[in-house]
Amino acid sequence: MRLIPKQIETLWTLFTAPVVWAAHFLVCYLGAAIYCAKPELVGLSFSAVRAGIAAATVIALSLIALSAWLAWRQWGFGTDDPPHDDPTRRDRTLFQGFATLLLSGLSFIAVIFTAMPALFLTECIR
Amino acid sequence: MGQYFSLSAASFLLASGYAGARSVLEPAGEEAQQIAVLFWVMLSGGALIWLGVVGLLLHSALFNRRRLAEKSASRIILWGGVVFPSVTLCALLAYALWLMPGLRPFAQASSAALRIEVTGRQFWWEVVYHPSQGPPVASANEIRLPVGERVELTLKSADVIHSFWIPPLGGKMDMIPGRINRLSLKATKPGVFRGPCAEYCGTSHALMAFSAVAMEPEAFRSWLAAQAIPAPSAGASGSALFLRHGCGSCHFVAGTDARGTIGPDLSHLGSRVTVGAGILPNTEDAVARFIARPELIKPGSSMPAFDMLPPGDVRAIAAWLRGLQ
Repeated sequence: MRLIPKQIETLWTLFTAPVVWAAHFLVCYLGAAIYCAKPELVGLSFSAVRAGIAAATVIALSLIALSAWLAWRQWGFGTDDPPHDDPTRRDRTLFQGFATLLLSGLSFIAVIFTAMPALFLTECIR
Repeated sequence: MGQYFSLSAASFLLASGYAGARSVLEPAGEEAQQIAVLFWVMLSGGALIWLGVVGLLLHSALFNRRRLAEKSASRIILWGGVVFPSVTLCALLAYALWLMPGLRPFAQASSAALRIEVTGRQFWWEVVYHPSQGPPVASANEIRLPVGERVELTLKSADVIHSFWIPPLGGKMDMIPGRINRLSLKATKPGVFRGPCAEYCGTSHALMAFSAVAMEPEAFRSWLAAQAIPAPSAGASGSALFLRHGCGSCHFVAGTDARGTIGPDLSHLGSRVTVGAGILPNTEDAVARFIARPELIKPGSSMPAFDMLPPGDVRAIAAWLRGLQ
């Protein structure tokens, strides 16, 4: 089994990082909302919620970093400069790689912004 | 009778000023102080960035019109367009989040010596003081709080969503039917402030306000003690007219047979800064005008007009109500 997926050409890889961001967003917000609505159901302290958000954040950032590395590879490790606008297969691949890399950067920052409240909030608001 | 109806546009404009200061930028409370600092930080940060961007634009358009090499242009985009905004936004977000626990000090709220229960109604505020010792004290359309002491507010609504806000003291908090929201405030300076309803709640939403009075703790305690007992003049002659014309079926006046709970508690109306929920000065004339034609002053309010009463009776009731100190 290979650790790093081999390069495939599909539009879906473009969405990897935003999907990871969306999943992380849902995990953080739903987790905190459920805990704060029914703390007795979950039976954990708020620090456990913060630790859970921290773990989800580390996983999400790692996945996005991997997605960024794959995109960088698809972009040819920066050998060519944009715009990749020739009607060739090579330019299409490079364009998609570069777009995926930019989206990964955006998602990386978005995941950090989503997780930041957990650094400062120490209790539920009732 | 025409004197009661002489409500001009000008007096409406003036009316909004009757209940005191309302600026977020003149904080008189701990929470509002932090909000004001946050505002100035954001404003100066935004202004600096704006000046920088406009400066660069002018620089490139007027003074330095040579083309940049692709490499240095990319570098400017990377640092100025990606790294700088990300780091700046991250820092501003961290600062705002860091302020949040202090803006909503829930842990401290439950240990407050005084709890004030406020219920929003179309278009007025029902207020009940729950001091740590002694029985609850009912009032309406005015909130008094001691300077330097933390007060817990429990906020409810009897009909639609309202929002409670005393800008110089702290941030706003919604009043949602079926829910109890908590807010904690600590006034740091004495003063009279205006609290508007901050969530559209119907026809007279813009006319739903209250006065908030921050008082020295000693003065506050003697005021609260006076509010807990009937006004000395409650039994005076105007009370008979008040009861005969049916006012007591909606309004409560301590020390009389008026036991209604639909409208605001009027037990100490004369001691309030404003009447009509923060929109009119507390004068005999304003009270009489409100009694005769409330819909002119507060469209959509549940109070019926009493302009069929002899003007002398309306005036006498108004004088009696004003005397309830």
